[in-house]
Amino acid sequence: MRVTDEKLDIAIGRTLQGGVLLAALIVLIGGVMYLLGVSGPRPDYSHFHGVPEHLRTPSGIWHGIIHGDPESIVQLGLLVLIATPVVRVILAGIGFLMERDRLYFWVSAIVLAVLCYSLWHIR
Amino acid sequence: MTTVEFSGLIFLSSLAAGLLGALTGLGGGVVIVPVLTLLFHVDIRYAIGASLVSVIATSSGAAAAYVREGYSNVRIGMFLEIATTLGAVLGAWLTTRVPTNTIGFIFALVLLYSAVASWRKKESHTGNTRPNKLAERLRLRGSFPVVGGKEEYVAQHVPAGFGLMFSAGTLSGLLGIGSGAVKVLAMDQAMGLPFKVSTTTSNFMIGVTAAASAGIYLSRGYIAPELAMPVMLGVLAGSLAGAKILVHARVNTLRLLFALVIVALGVEMLLNSVAGRL
Repeated sequence: MRVTDEKLDIAIGRTLQGGVLLAALIVLIGGVMYLLGVSGPRPDYSHFHGVPEHLRTPSGIWHGIIHGDPESIVQLGLLVLIATPVVRVILAGIGFLMERDRLYFWVSAIVLAVLCYSLWHIR
Repeated sequence: MTTVEFSGLIFLSSLAAGLLGALTGLGGGVVIVPVLTLLFHVDIRYAIGASLVSVIATSSGAAAAYVREGYSNVRIGMFLEIATTLGAVLGAWLTTRVPTNTIGFIFALVLLYSAVASWRKKESHTGNTRPNKLAERLRLRGSFPVVGGKEEYVAQHVPAGFGLMFSAGTLSGLLGIGSGAVKVLAMDQAMGLPFKVSTTTSNFMIGVTAAASAGIYLSRGYIAPELAMPVMLGVLAGSLAGAKILVHARVNTLRLLFALVIVALGVEMLLNSVAGRL
């Protein structure tokens, strides 16, 4: 049982690493496009207005990507990044189910529910 | 300063923070917010958003390496994540309500605490095997490899650890940091887990905790893509490089130096928040 546990953990770790590298690649592509397209002085972040509405929701971000908006591409990379820990919890939950560890299957389900509550804000 | 120079400078600062954070074990995320607010005059809410994103990157990026070492405990981590994620939701909600100077003040205290905690002697106290009824029912036990076999441990003071983890989550959501120092405090000091188990388990809990506030941050417009881009890439590259050279480096002097930088940033942050400039 310990061996499958360990194998599963390593597989989960690899998945996370892959997710982070994918996210970094998307962010890098968007970032380079952004820097090639800008000119003039640095943006002023000293007053908080919140980023534009279309960069706060998946549908807005998707719409931006179709129109080749660099900031939307960066934001997509960040969404992929935010998804990696969520995937980890899901994979761990499936692992517990396969081990017939019902207690920890439900523990994972509770954690996933809290994560979904937070992510529900960005619909 | 042009946009390209600005992004480049933030990338280099984040690279240094990630590198030093990994080499010293103090984590790079904790200095990102003070560097952005004090040096680059970024509003603390944008700084917190960018920092939180980099925290997820470091935690998930290093997950494979930590698991391979065989110290981290998935069950203990998952159980305590109930507390940290709930805390993180509360923290993220508080961030939208609490005045920025109060956030800055709390941030300064956490910076000073992290520096002090890094000075504490890291004697690896052996696993506690005293039977504990609640820990047995929740299967909060495990073993890790030692020379010539493996050592068993059982968690102690589960409610106290759970409560501290809730606070760690709240701080993470409020300040956009991993709050690894508080997580280690909960596991190592309160629950009596071996130090190595505490630090590695804490590392992978950090990403899940941060994800619990990321959704709220994003919907509130705290995550600015142009700012998060150099921070995330810099911290990630720095921490991955730091983990690679860690084996060869002598880190004691470096740790002292980085702790002093954190103290300086903490004091500066404290003064700024008291003066109402954040």
